[in-house]
Amino acid sequence: MASRLSIAPKSSKDISKTKLKDYQKHISQVKVLQSYTIDLNLSNEDNAELEQLFSNPEIEEAKWSQEISDYDFDYIVEISYLPGVTDNIGSTAKQSISQFFKKQFQDSDKVFSSKIWLMKTSLKQEDLEAACLSLYNPLIEKAKIMKKEELEKSDFLNLPYVKIHSKSETYQEVNIDLADQELIELGKFGIANEDGSRRGPLALDLDYMKVIQDYFLNTEKRNPTDIELEAIAQTWSEHCKHTIFADPIDEVKDGLYKAYIKKATSEIRKNKAEKDFCVSVFSDNAGIIEFNDEYNICHKVETHNSPSALDPFGGAITGIVGVNRDAIGCGLGAKPFANTFGFCFADPEDIDPLYRDKDLKQKMLSPRRIMEGVIEGVNVGGNCSGIPTVAGFTYFDSGFKGKPLVFVGTLGLIPKTIRDINKELKTEEKLAQAGDYIVVLGGRTGLDGIHGATFSSVEMDESSPATAVQIGDPITQKKLSDAIIKEARDLNLFNSITDCGAGGISCSIAEMARESYGCRVNLNKVPLKYPGLSAWQIWISESQERMTLSVAPEKWSQLNEIMQKHDVEATVVGEFTDSGRCLVYHNDNEVLNLDLEFLHNGLPKRDLISKKPASLEISSTETLSEYGKLEKSQDLESNFKKLIASLNIASHEYINQQYDHEVQSSSVIKPLQGINKVNGEFAVLRPDLLSPKAVALSHALYPSYSQYDSYKMAAASIDTAIRNLVATGVSIDDIALLDNFCWCSANEPERLYQLKEAARACYDYAVAYRTPYISGKDSMFNDFKGYNSAAEAVKISIEPTLLISSVGVLANALDATSIDFKAPEDLIYVLGNTGNTLDEIDASKNKKLYQKYHQAIKAELINSAIAVNKGGLGVALFKMALAADLGAEINLDNLRTQLNDNENILFSESQGRIAFTVKPELKDKLEAIFDKDDISLIGKISDEKILEIKSNNQNLLSMKVEDTDYKRFSKGFYNG
Amino acid sequence: MAKVLILSGFGINCEEESKYAFELAGAKQVDIYHINDLIKNKSISSNYEILCFPGGFSFGDDLGSGKAFANIVRNNLLDEINEFIEEKKLIIGICNGFQVLTNLNLLPGALAHNKSGLYIDKWVKLKINPENKSPWLTGVTDIELPIAHGEGNYQINSKALEELKSNNQIAFQYEENPNGSLENIASVANYEGRVIGIMPHPERAIFFTQDPVWTLKKDKLKRESKDIPEYLPAINIFNNAVKYCESLKSSVKNI
Repeated sequence: MASRLSIAPKSSKDISKTKLKDYQKHISQVKVLQSYTIDLNLSNEDNAELEQLFSNPEIEEAKWSQEISDYDFDYIVEISYLPGVTDNIGSTAKQSISQFFKKQFQDSDKVFSSKIWLMKTSLKQEDLEAACLSLYNPLIEKAKIMKKEELEKSDFLNLPYVKIHSKSETYQEVNIDLADQELIELGKFGIANEDGSRRGPLALDLDYMKVIQDYFLNTEKRNPTDIELEAIAQTWSEHCKHTIFADPIDEVKDGLYKAYIKKATSEIRKNKAEKDFCVSVFSDNAGIIEFNDEYNICHKVETHNSPSALDPFGGAITGIVGVNRDAIGCGLGAKPFANTFGFCFADPEDIDPLYRDKDLKQKMLSPRRIMEGVIEGVNVGGNCSGIPTVAGFTYFDSGFKGKPLVFVGTLGLIPKTIRDINKELKTEEKLAQAGDYIVVLGGRTGLDGIHGATFSSVEMDESSPATAVQIGDPITQKKLSDAIIKEARDLNLFNSITDCGAGGISCSIAEMARESYGCRVNLNKVPLKYPGLSAWQIWISESQERMTLSVAPEKWSQLNEIMQKHDVEATVVGEFTDSGRCLVYHNDNEVLNLDLEFLHNGLPKRDLISKKPASLEISSTETLSEYGKLEKSQDLESNFKKLIASLNIASHEYINQQYDHEVQSSSVIKPLQGINKVNGEFAVLRPDLLSPKAVALSHALYPSYSQYDSYKMAAASIDTAIRNLVATGVSIDDIALLDNFCWCSANEPERLYQLKEAARACYDYAVAYRTPYISGKDSMFNDFKGYNSAAEAVKISIEPTLLISSVGVLANALDATSIDFKAPEDLIYVLGNTGNTLDEIDASKNKKLYQKYHQAIKAELINSAIAVNKGGLGVALFKMALAADLGAEINLDNLRTQLNDNENILFSESQGRIAFTVKPELKDKLEAIFDKDDISLIGKISDEKILEIKSNNQNLLSMKVEDTDYKRFSKGFYNG
Repeated sequence: MAKVLILSGFGINCEEESKYAFELAGAKQVDIYHINDLIKNKSISSNYEILCFPGGFSFGDDLGSGKAFANIVRNNLLDEINEFIEEKKLIIGICNGFQVLTNLNLLPGALAHNKSGLYIDKWVKLKINPENKSPWLTGVTDIELPIAHGEGNYQINSKALEELKSNNQIAFQYEENPNGSLENIASVANYEGRVIGIMPHPERAIFFTQDPVWTLKKDKLKRESKDIPEYLPAINIFNNAVKYCESLKSSVKNI
């Protein structure tokens, strides 16, 4: 018989610090309890002992069943998970009870967790129901609201067991001998169930369906099984194969990836010759570069946009924990040592709702809910994993109202070699051998994330599957990571490893099978969360925290022993072969038998055609800069303050402070700089505590520029991402880049034109700066199709966005330069010329400037520096002064610029500039390094906290340096 | 010479930097053990003089911070730990480790959710209790250290608090309260001072370049033509422990 234990804190909760903060007036008191429904067949005596396990009597009280009526409240609100949703707290509770009684339970024995809110409120039940919508996400949770008196009558148990109604199927044959229209429908809506309903999108267009039809009817001479079609759909998905980047487009017959991105990297590597620091690019889960004599580092940046729109918390936590796995599965396994984030949201104060359906029943989450959930997801994912989240950004634009962009990145540290008996193995080389066991590690397989890969390859609308939502469990993964990175890898217990992400084991196993050239899998061996899954579901499920390993049979027992110690489930599900076939069995039936070559390379190339848009979205660059976006008054100071307070300039300290950025003890330049804690756009850290070398990270994106010219948008992102690192002291020769294209409507020729232009800029600028790409990712359909509150159809597309992430190595951490001014009387210089926002970037000129600047850094002449980016020179100087709690006297007449308008001079976002400071006595030494035209001496630091700007011998501005506007958002909206 | 045993597993994540700090302090041997290895071979602990419960997220704080991990320790290793304490050896719990020690009742009080409801990572100024008798803190003065926790709000009943005070068991107090802790308490020790729990992370404040404004300090030192230090004062906490163990050994020999 199940029993329920609830743990109540002795103190009530401060409503203003909860998600009910908007209802403070109506709810006078809340108490939040952690509740456990324990269905483990324990005796009453056992139960009594559990109190000491779950509660700390100093601060908590334990209440059984309806005993919670002892408290004073009007309503009880219980938030619990829907059946099948990952319940991390419930499983930890079960595990703890098992250890407590030293007793093994069955898989089917469960503990379910839930949160109970006891409220004293004047609200009526229907109003309370509305208020409680902010407490849960109906896609994964449910709320039960009862009056206090109803509690007595209820059984008060929470038992969300998964009941699968359809019967578990081994396979079904799918007739492929169809006319075109039927093929289209099969591709678009998926395989039909017995009742005529469809399983969900295969996202395979007619071109692809016809090739599949031909393969089965003419090569295999049979119909496909359902699992074969699902497997092909996963492998060929835009998400996995990046077809838009691979297919020929116009005259670019090699496709954008080969012709621009990959080509740039191979040319640069050849050019760099012995100075090439790339170890592995584009071939693994992450790109690898050299760090020091002992270690390499890897870097990968992912997006998790579509899931985050539906379940912001689940989407974001799955994203961050998932990209960690890219590091763990990179080479023979890298230890994640830093996380990065980048969030693009709509204005959180935008409360005009959107709906997925015409009947206005399926409401989209508000921008604020999405923002709060995403921030919290990366909080839990990063913090619980013990990986510092060191650098990141937020960017706001109304285009992100339908789909936010959630970028998550991870860097890993990997020894260059590992020793095995008498040979040294290079860690970037991995090869599954025929005869190796296929081992699946980590979490169990359920219905989560079915069709995730195909789902993110299409636009979001009302048919978007809710099962595409998953919730990551950082602790399960931490155990897995410790077992692999801290033990199994260094004992050389596996030949190959890969992450199990989109497409689940269908992708990870089939991908590794290319190394040995074949595989044989028994799906009955795959450990399941609950019974009742059909073969195709097991094969493509995207349940989290799983890795796939290739293990020589003689090493299996040692590997399994290590996994058991770390409490990680490891299972042999088959073996790698060299048959050239991918073979899958279920219930003794062969359910999938595909030619590996066809599975991976059978998808046809399609000719993409782009078209230059007839007219630009906007014709002038004036409104593209952050200053240009503002509604302005005549008063320069109030405009300046408005700019500082604007969402894309203001501090995001509230995020940095809730993300552990110091675990692993590696931080050198933290996300907040100076005594007044101002956001820098780079981070520096020392992943190997025995080495003085440091890694510097940065990023840049300018989505609004795409309205004018996506080539220039991309060029600006590249220059900024590089320059942020140059400013802190990294040599441009030691910088590598990562590209993340997030596009919209990538089936429209105009959007493809913008994409092609951006890719062309990627080639031009990387080659000119000689900064290779080491890894990249794309997400092509960031569009929302739905309805506004007037039931009118709306389509919201993001601005085409290229995120460039940069990573560089500093020879000595002590060389890192921060943005804060250091002392009064120091001289303030600007490197480069100030032009208009979006003026063409002269990369070869800039490169020379950056090299000279680096000479000055090496000579220790520069003591603070900031790359001039969003908000222009004005914002750059303000941040430097604020960070130091100092001021500056500036004379714009000395600035190198062809501009006349002072506002434009102050706030233009032209690239190629760094503002920096120098001690007066070092002036001559500094100026000897540069040509006269390279730099301008524009003023000096003052100890008065005032930013004083003169022009034409007149006072232009005399503004107090204070954080009121800059930290408006941090202190107001999210005051901790 | 000091030998240090550091626990790991189930989501603990600060074991490597803690090891590094003890090594830097001159410990002869520092070993990280997964708790399951220790349970299998309980006598291991008798080979060490210092036991460290590092920071992290054991079991993801799922049942409340430190509870699930404390449960494993209580069920399997409590005798060994009590023996450790009786032998006048040292124990430190940092952050999650402190939470584990309070759940084991090896230290008084409890750590509740931060008043803000949010996890918080920032550097804080700490005042040392000059009357403290912890060998971990010999010569340690007011100090700045980073905190990084969601449940660091120290709570204790008033009677026990009076005892803490009169026994000088409060080791550090926050200059500005970041989390709602009673009396700004950041760190407490047991009666003898040999078992200590601390919410801030001394192991993250070892190198000069970990100071949040080291670039400013470096610039100032350069202007004054002074040398740039390699380490921060928190290393002394680890130095003290290592030194104490040396004296412990010699006193044992003398008997």
